[in-house]
Amino acid sequence: MAEFGCEWNDAPHSMGTTIMAVQYDGGVILGADSRTTTGVYVANRASDKITELTENVYICRSGSAADSQLVSDYARYFLNQHTIQLGQNATVKTAANIVRQLSYGNKSFLECGLIVAGWDKYEKGSVYGIPLGGTILRLPFATGGSGSSYLYGFLDQAWKEGMSKQEAEELVVKAVSLAMARDGSSGGVVRTVIIDSEGVTRHFYPGDKLPLYYEEIAYRPGLEPMTA
Amino acid sequence: MCPLTKEPMVDPVSLVTGSCFERASITAWFAEGNTIDMRTKLISKWGVEKGYFWAIAGLAADGRQIVTCARAEAGNYLGFYGEEIPTKELCDRVAYYVHLCTLYWWLRPYGSAAILGGYDRDGPQLYMIETSGVAYRYFGAAVGKGSAKTEIEKLKLSQMTCREGVIAVAKIIYNVHDEAKDKAFELEMSWICDESKREHQRVPADLLAEAKWGMWVVLRRRIFRGS
Repeated sequence: MAEFGCEWNDAPHSMGTTIMAVQYDGGVILGADSRTTTGVYVANRASDKITELTENVYICRSGSAADSQLVSDYARYFLNQHTIQLGQNATVKTAANIVRQLSYGNKSFLECGLIVAGWDKYEKGSVYGIPLGGTILRLPFATGGSGSSYLYGFLDQAWKEGMSKQEAEELVVKAVSLAMARDGSSGGVVRTVIIDSEGVTRHFYPGDKLPLYYEEIAYRPGLEPMTA
Repeated sequence: MCPLTKEPMVDPVSLVTGSCFERASITAWFAEGNTIDMRTKLISKWGVEKGYFWAIAGLAADGRQIVTCARAEAGNYLGFYGEEIPTKELCDRVAYYVHLCTLYWWLRPYGSAAILGGYDRDGPQLYMIETSGVAYRYFGAAVGKGSAKTEIEKLKLSQMTCREGVIAVAKIIYNVHDEAKDKAFELEMSWICDESKREHQRVPADLLAEAKWGMWVVLRRRIFRGS
């Protein structure tokens, strides 16, 4: 029992996580759950795992929270300098390659799976998966985190080429909800980020707005009436 | 300021390549057996990645060094950022290096000016780096004989096709060449355009022949005029 207590206090923060990004006709949609754990304790039930690298490129973080935050910070720093030198926004490919360099170059120290996605005027929307070890792979859609295991089959069947923005966002929310239902390390709310030629839009889906699946029990307000 | 002596020039002379030196220092340079390649008055071309080219005028050895530097920068950029270096970025990096060589007493400046051409995702671009390290984007540029620059500026470049441009540029080179003062030369031309699939290639043989025919026209005119 004493072990549990110590773990809650001292264990490194991990983002078990479900993250994904999907390319649609006109841009990309990034989605993630919001659970950060230290061991079995949920340290943050409303975390934001989708972080900005540049105004047109965002990154989904999974794995060790500290590692993924550091990599994002360094990437943002390099990209900021690159943008100044270039005189225009960096491309998604450049951003993904910088993240990959950091991930691969420090592979023995880091434990984070990342997805870089965004919009630039040359390639339009693009998604790059950068899993543990630091490979880089451009994909039409990518998933990561412990919850992604439950999504491979689902996405193989559900993803279609040339989806509209609305279809793509529905797919992302559905997928992340499914993973949250089965994966103990994923949960909380679903956050989505849409990036297109116009800019960036953030959406938020609280627990009670998510679709219910097999065996799931509907959310019921608990203590609120007592405090009203 | 003479590039060789780093002193203000007392008795300046200019070479046919367009560079200026102190008379004493350049005659000493030649006396030691060094040369300045006359052909580089026109073009010496080296490719970098296949989508860029450099035309160098001046000291051939310095020109080679500029291209080596450019190749290293292009390779370095590709290795780190995962995509081809934008032409402007390549120009800026090489210009930075050329300028650096003007800063220290133990380094002499480059004795070559360089023209960079590239066709990247932002379209075709032309830059020129002078020996001082100053670099600008141009739509028409010439190094060497001064009058070539004025001739290029007379062309209506935005209304010409690439092929027409080849003919016009060859005509300028022949016009500017002084039969009496300059040595004989060989015309070489290369380009990067949609026709060459955005790669640096020699101008096709038929087009080059058409351009060279311009030489005979100019020479004939000179003979008739007695100049």
